Amino acid sequence: MDQLTNDLIKSEIENNEICLFMKGTPDAPQCGFSMAVANILKIMEVKFKGVNILENQSLREGIKVFSDWPTIPQLYINQEFIGGCDIVKEIYENGELKKILDAKNISYKK
Amino acid sequence: MAMNLKEIETLIKETLPDASVEIQDLAGDGNHYSATVISSMFSGKSKIEQHKMVYKSLKGKMGNELHALAIKTKERDGSTN
Repeated sequence: MDQLTNDLIKSEIENNEICLFMKGTPDAPQCGFSMAVANILKIMEVKFKGVNILENQSLREGIKVFSDWPTIPQLYINQEFIGGCDIVKEIYENGELKKILDAKNISYKK
Repeated sequence: MAMNLKEIETLIKETLPDASVEIQDLAGDGNHYSATVISSMFSGKSKIEQHKMVYKSLKGKMGNELHALAIKTKERDGSTN
């Protein structure tokens, strides 16, 4: 991965408390898995930045290397990699996601 | 290029020999699968690490030949061997 892409990923993660690397945008997701995670964040009414990896081929490949994770979407909260669609769905359903947000002092719809 | 169900199971079991693997072809197109993997090798690992172990077992096919694989991992109680 080139330095520019690495810096871009870092700045997105550092400047956005909740950052979702996804296919498409939160309002127009281009993939069901990205949509599922965006919807969970919308339901919880948390503010998040959706980064559309389809707009940038080096970002699309770079984020996989950066996180050591082969699929999109990828969710970061306070610079910590939380997981992909399966994990986010699972921790949303079992209440762990709320615990993570509580621990990081991020407000959401109770 | 699609992958067949047996191929996925074989790759996972090569890396996680004790695993119970249950795979479903979600769309019947050889491209969208879900896998439930139960292994004692997951114990003490975070969910992210567990999923990475499954991805690694697929040797780079995930996101390439294999378009979509929903993963569920569970720890197997070490005492029931």
